[in-house]
Amino acid sequence: MRKPEFVYVTYIETTPEKLWEALTSSEFSKRYWFGTELKTDWKVGSPFALVMNGTTMDTGEILEADRPRRLSYSFQHARDDEMRNERPTKVVFNLEPHGKLVKLTLTHEDFEDGSKLLDGISRGWPAILSSLKSMLESGTALAIPPSALGIEGFE
Amino acid sequence: MDEVFKALADASRRSLLDRLHAKNGQTLNDLCDGLAMTRQAVTKHLAILEAANLVTTFRHGREKLHYLNPVPIHQIGERWIKKFERGKLAALSELKRQLEKRDA
Repeated sequence: MRKPEFVYVTYIETTPEKLWEALTSSEFSKRYWFGTELKTDWKVGSPFALVMNGTTMDTGEILEADRPRRLSYSFQHARDDEMRNERPTKVVFNLEPHGKLVKLTLTHEDFEDGSKLLDGISRGWPAILSSLKSMLESGTALAIPPSALGIEGFE
Repeated sequence: MDEVFKALADASRRSLLDRLHAKNGQTLNDLCDGLAMTRQAVTKHLAILEAANLVTTFRHGREKLHYLNPVPIHQIGERWIKKFERGKLAALSELKRQLEKRDA
């Protein structure tokens, strides 16, 4: 086994159940993950897709789903011609309760040598995890009140 | 957030982060290699970086690997940088990088 390329950790004041919900529900992911929706039924072996404004960005397969402790999927970029030909990588989320906090460890591994995907990934996850933490702790990840949009009947 | 600033306020600790940024997932021995710091000093600095969650460790077989964890640095950015400024700041920092590279 090769060592993982990335290990990210964040401590979030929440419960494992709420964090699991945030990691697996599009209602939440749209708020902290640049509008991304998660298309899957979360059953092991099921297909998985990250869809951003109607465009499928990445795809994979659910590898593990042990609610609310451990979630894993394979991850392959779907758009860029070079990156879509790289072999699938693996994403693992580990949720560990520590008193009032949950330690979320994200590992991303099995990149090809000289992977182009690796560069984009190293910028994406810290932003996503940081926004996820803000959303769960303060509830204000991009929370624009509908009334502020000034659309009649939408508030 | 205090721990993050304290941890970053030291050139030796920043150089350890630079080494992990260049090559992620190193053992204590890898990190000590070629550094003008004692093993004890490196261990002490790593403990401070770990307490600030800037470095995270991961067991890989028998080895304990150290990874740069930039999530807290991102949170500092999020606190003071508004979303719409991000593009301009990225452009400015790229400009600075290019100009300084040319001078060197």
